[in-house]
Amino acid sequence: MAEDTTTTNTTDHDGAAVASDDRREALLAVFSDHLGDAVVGSHLKPGQALWIRVATAAWAEAALVARDKAGLKWFDFLSAIDWLPSPYGRYEDSSVDVPFPPPMPERSAAVPGYAGGNSRIQVLASVAQAGTDLRVLLKADVPDDDPRVPTWVRAYSGAAWHEREAHEMFGIGFDGNVDLRHIYLPSEFEGHPLRKEFPLLARVVKPWPGIVDVEPMPGEDPEDPEDDAAVAEESEA
Amino acid sequence: MTLTEAQQLGYINAQAADGRINVELETDDGMVLNMGPQHPATHGTLRLVARLDGEQVTSADVMCGYMHRGYEKLCEVRSYPQVTTLVNRIDWLGSFANEVPFILAAEQLMEVEAPPRAMWIRTILFELSRIANVSLFIGDLALQLGAQTPAFYAFRDREFVLNQIESVTGGRFHPNFDRIGGLKDDLPKGWIAETKAAMVRLRGFCDEMEGLVYGNEIFQTRTRGVGIIPAHVAQSYGLSGANLRGSGVDWDLRRDANVGLAYDQLDWKVWTHPDGDSYSRCWVRLQEVREATKIVDQLCDGLPGGGIMAKVPRIIKVPEGEAYIATENPLGAMGYYVVSKGDTGPFRVKIRSASFNNISVASWLLRGVYVPDIITILASLYFILGDIDR
Repeated sequence: MAEDTTTTNTTDHDGAAVASDDRREALLAVFSDHLGDAVVGSHLKPGQALWIRVATAAWAEAALVARDKAGLKWFDFLSAIDWLPSPYGRYEDSSVDVPFPPPMPERSAAVPGYAGGNSRIQVLASVAQAGTDLRVLLKADVPDDDPRVPTWVRAYSGAAWHEREAHEMFGIGFDGNVDLRHIYLPSEFEGHPLRKEFPLLARVVKPWPGIVDVEPMPGEDPEDPEDDAAVAEESEA
Repeated sequence: MTLTEAQQLGYINAQAADGRINVELETDDGMVLNMGPQHPATHGTLRLVARLDGEQVTSADVMCGYMHRGYEKLCEVRSYPQVTTLVNRIDWLGSFANEVPFILAAEQLMEVEAPPRAMWIRTILFELSRIANVSLFIGDLALQLGAQTPAFYAFRDREFVLNQIESVTGGRFHPNFDRIGGLKDDLPKGWIAETKAAMVRLRGFCDEMEGLVYGNEIFQTRTRGVGIIPAHVAQSYGLSGANLRGSGVDWDLRRDANVGLAYDQLDWKVWTHPDGDSYSRCWVRLQEVREATKIVDQLCDGLPGGGIMAKVPRIIKVPEGEAYIATENPLGAMGYYVVSKGDTGPFRVKIRSASFNNISVASWLLRGVYVPDIITILASLYFILGDIDR
């Protein structure tokens, strides 16, 4: 059924291993029962959270299953993640070292996180059950060549604004959402700011003051006796 | 009128979305009323384009983004300790509460737990932020309805809370006090007694406001039965905080999904109201301030000893993984989805702020109401622009 199913074992406060999480496993079973093969991956951190990845075509249906079958009636948020590493790094290199714009990373450098995936950008949404701590984080691949997924508006009215935001920030289309105007940016704004290839212009125009006089990071300076203690402390922790 | 809703929206979009309308525009089938971005009723730069038929709103379009600062992008170039400085400015009236869920998410990824004393002090500051935030709401609410006095009372009494926050953190509005693994400092000497005195003062403020604002006949007439949100609509839009509990949904993340804060060891109550109207939302908030003062009292009495900082490396590197932590902030559920690639800074941070969802219901809610009710409904939804625009 699920191709990418992982469970992280965490420890609770007493240090004893929490092996299972029946309530979240039951939630996962609800999704598997109603969506079948469309549940293509899942990840469970017992006692913490459940991630479910569904096929792109089943994205809208997954919302209806969450609302009507799994009892997750409360809409939390909908957004996206661009898994490509930023070509700019964290803007810690000066323009002397790195040309602008820097070369784009290979497409294969985009490695999705929990519950797997095959695309560069994934949509991510969270729905919860009011009155409990049950929540499901749903993911779906956004095809690289045709970045469109079905809309969630029919299941959750609140998704409309979140889809507008994801549309302008990531350039994802939501089939069925008729109102995808910009929500934050001016309507003539070009580009999708939260995609990794979009530069943070403030850092390009004026370098981050931290890189002007580069001091050795603590722990990397062999002449500082205080830092040896820090290294020892770090390895101890 | 035969236009469909989509056509009406399109009409308004064409003329208003680009910011070209700044005067009232009369057309054959109604009038477009533009409120904001600088309008007293929106306490911030929120813009509302309402289409009217006489005195009644036929459709309303809420426009935000005048204060968008791109925090999600900025987080990607900062290190974990630097992010708290940024997120302080999201909900600027209760800023310590903004830091907590982010720090908790980072701690969950690092599998670090703050010592009990740090947890308790965090909870105290969290509740003080709530009191400072919501007490100002009560004063502001009355101001929007035309009463000047309660606003001054609110500013006066909020000062006692801000002084307490300032004497611990050094900052009145942007404490930047929370650290991964604990807190920056311990409480100063004599702080507990002063805080308890401030809580007595704030309970007096609540009693005063209950008589002055909530018991006022004009206030009741203007808010009762106005702007009703049924529970299923509230859930579908993802409303949270008092807006959700004012619609009768008994859900408080402090009680039901408590992560890393001391709420489970205290005796307190989650208030709900079945009506779902403007009055019930405001009423729930008033009760929450009262409840918060009791929580702070209990926390001050039972404050455990010990250190305030867990052992963390001097350079914070968060292991690869994803975590989502949401807490019950003054405005509602606020969450951070943190993706780490094992670096000193986050790979992606999604900030789920309460006001964004809370105000998204406005278009639905304002349809059919009268123009003066726009003010009370927006006031009762209680949003902070920094929390919408991020």
